[in-house]
Amino acid sequence: MPNMEAEFDRSLFQPLNEEQKERNLMVRPSLTYWQDAWQRFRRHKPALIAMLVLLLIFLGAIFIPAISRYDYDQQIRTARNQFPSWEHLFGTDKLGRDLFIRVVYGARISLSIGFVASLINLTIGVLYGGISGYIGGRVDNIMMRIVDVLYSIPLLLYVILLKVVFQDYIDEAFKNTALASLKSLGPELILIYVVLGSVYWVGMARMVRGQVLSIKNNEYVLAARASGASGPRIILRHLVPNAIGQIIVTVTMSIPSAIFTESFLSFIGIGVSAPMASWGSLASDAYKGLASYPYLLLFPALAISVTVLAFNIMGDGLRDALDPRMRR
Amino acid sequence: MPENLVEVRNLVKHFPIRSGVLQRVSGQVRAVDGVSFDIPKGSTMGLVGESGCGKTTIGRTILRLVESTAGSVRFEGEDLFAIPRSRLRVMRPRMQMIFQDPYSSLSPRMPVGEIIGEAVREHGIVPPGEYRKYLAEVMESCGLQKQHVDRYPHEFSGGQRQRICIARALALKPRFIVADEPVSALDVSIQAQIINLLKDLQSEFALTYLFISHDLSVVEHISDTVGVMYLGSMVEMGNKKTIFEKPLHPYTKALFSAVPVPDPLVRMDRVILEGDIPSPAHPPPGCKFHTRCPNRMEICSREVPETIRYADGHEVACHLYSKEGP
Repeated sequence: MPNMEAEFDRSLFQPLNEEQKERNLMVRPSLTYWQDAWQRFRRHKPALIAMLVLLLIFLGAIFIPAISRYDYDQQIRTARNQFPSWEHLFGTDKLGRDLFIRVVYGARISLSIGFVASLINLTIGVLYGGISGYIGGRVDNIMMRIVDVLYSIPLLLYVILLKVVFQDYIDEAFKNTALASLKSLGPELILIYVVLGSVYWVGMARMVRGQVLSIKNNEYVLAARASGASGPRIILRHLVPNAIGQIIVTVTMSIPSAIFTESFLSFIGIGVSAPMASWGSLASDAYKGLASYPYLLLFPALAISVTVLAFNIMGDGLRDALDPRMRR
Repeated sequence: MPENLVEVRNLVKHFPIRSGVLQRVSGQVRAVDGVSFDIPKGSTMGLVGESGCGKTTIGRTILRLVESTAGSVRFEGEDLFAIPRSRLRVMRPRMQMIFQDPYSSLSPRMPVGEIIGEAVREHGIVPPGEYRKYLAEVMESCGLQKQHVDRYPHEFSGGQRQRICIARALALKPRFIVADEPVSALDVSIQAQIINLLKDLQSEFALTYLFISHDLSVVEHISDTVGVMYLGSMVEMGNKKTIFEKPLHPYTKALFSAVPVPDPLVRMDRVILEGDIPSPAHPPPGCKFHTRCPNRMEICSREVPETIRYADGHEVACHLYSKEGP
């Protein structure tokens, strides 16, 4: 056997000291939950594009009216029923109003309705369902029967009833209070907010309750109770985060459906009042002259479709991004 | 005689069975039916019995995670069932629990550091300035690497997950830990690691354990005293040595005869029990074990045997024995 001693230099094989050991450690940089989620979201290209589209629509709805040459109710008598051109990007309607600026104003209404719907869903819906599911038993039974009752009233009937009951109050409020500045929105729109606010969380509450019922039997909930966590803390920190995927899917589904609801209500004539325009009322108006002026329907319809699609794709990406198990 | 950290007296837990549209109570599952025992400070009590005999329910009821039907538990002299919830919340950190399934007992949406540290912050166990350092200390003493604080549970193996569970319990500086089958979901090699970790932590932090298991060899390894349960009742209890060397109750004998001996030359005299464990909703009258007992006597189906306590602390509930001695 050859003498190995001569072949290598012993000084090269010394143990590391503590500091050198630390330095050799391979550690993934530690990120917070949201940084981590953002990294995953960015990798999902369609969702990223969808988010940019929504951002564009959102910013456009806010800023374009300020820099536009036309107003949504301004009638240019010399330019009625014009085909899209550089002067009027989306053309003009039969009263000579610029369709582009009307679609932009419509975006304000549709997006604000989507926003109200998701806000209501995320607060009332999630909390109501979470509390009902977590407490369970008789409380759950009563809370869910209330939901069943709300669910069973047809939306259209509900809107008409509310309109009858609240019309006077809303008119009164418009005259005397700070709400007067919202007058251009029209009382019907306020009514739509009220309707959405009072019934739109029902689906979410049911879904969250179902999720919570299954999640609360996990031992980590028991562990949290054993550590002295309070009921609200368990609901918000342990139950809701574990249902977040489902919650986001439900929210992104409910925004388009809220936009559709408003469009539908405007279409049948109980939505926003003229001359204010929403995507639904624009489509409704255009429908009458569809054969001669199809572009009047094309643009509002396109706006609705693109927005709804973008919300769905973005929701898909968000759901994956918020799930730490998707981490690679 | 050492002081008792936990004293359980006549603990009873019945779960109502509801049926029909109106959810009327149509019966009771007698999960725990009058159990008493003490756990001296710094010792480990092992609780054994087959599935469904109420071991887990005892653990949960003692910590008041499930409200008891009757009985009392004194922890450090305070009656846990009598104190208001606000006081209980303050006491929670002192008594912790380790769960059986390391997969469902960790929230998949929380990073490890948060799982371990959430309650530490909540209860102000350490000053905020020392929080990160304390977290690292706890993780290292449970055999976890401190740079894993931001990882999520799914990135760990079963054994590591159980270490996280142990770290979560330990981080609150508890005095009493209920370990509910902490190793039954793990590989045998990992089981030994976890058991030894629990033992090391016990001597380091002067912990008291209630160790629930159906694995007798594990219980023999870790316990000081052992209680044997059958259908919600304690049939025999005593220190480990007497129980394992000189079991009295026929059920204990049958249970121990089922433990495999790692020696092919030893012929095992297994006591084979006939029949199944009866339903705890309709326990048999008299001694609950009489339906399956090989030493059944006429009195057994009539009278509930009293618990007899011998001088060495050995307790047995069986008509075969009298106060004078076995």
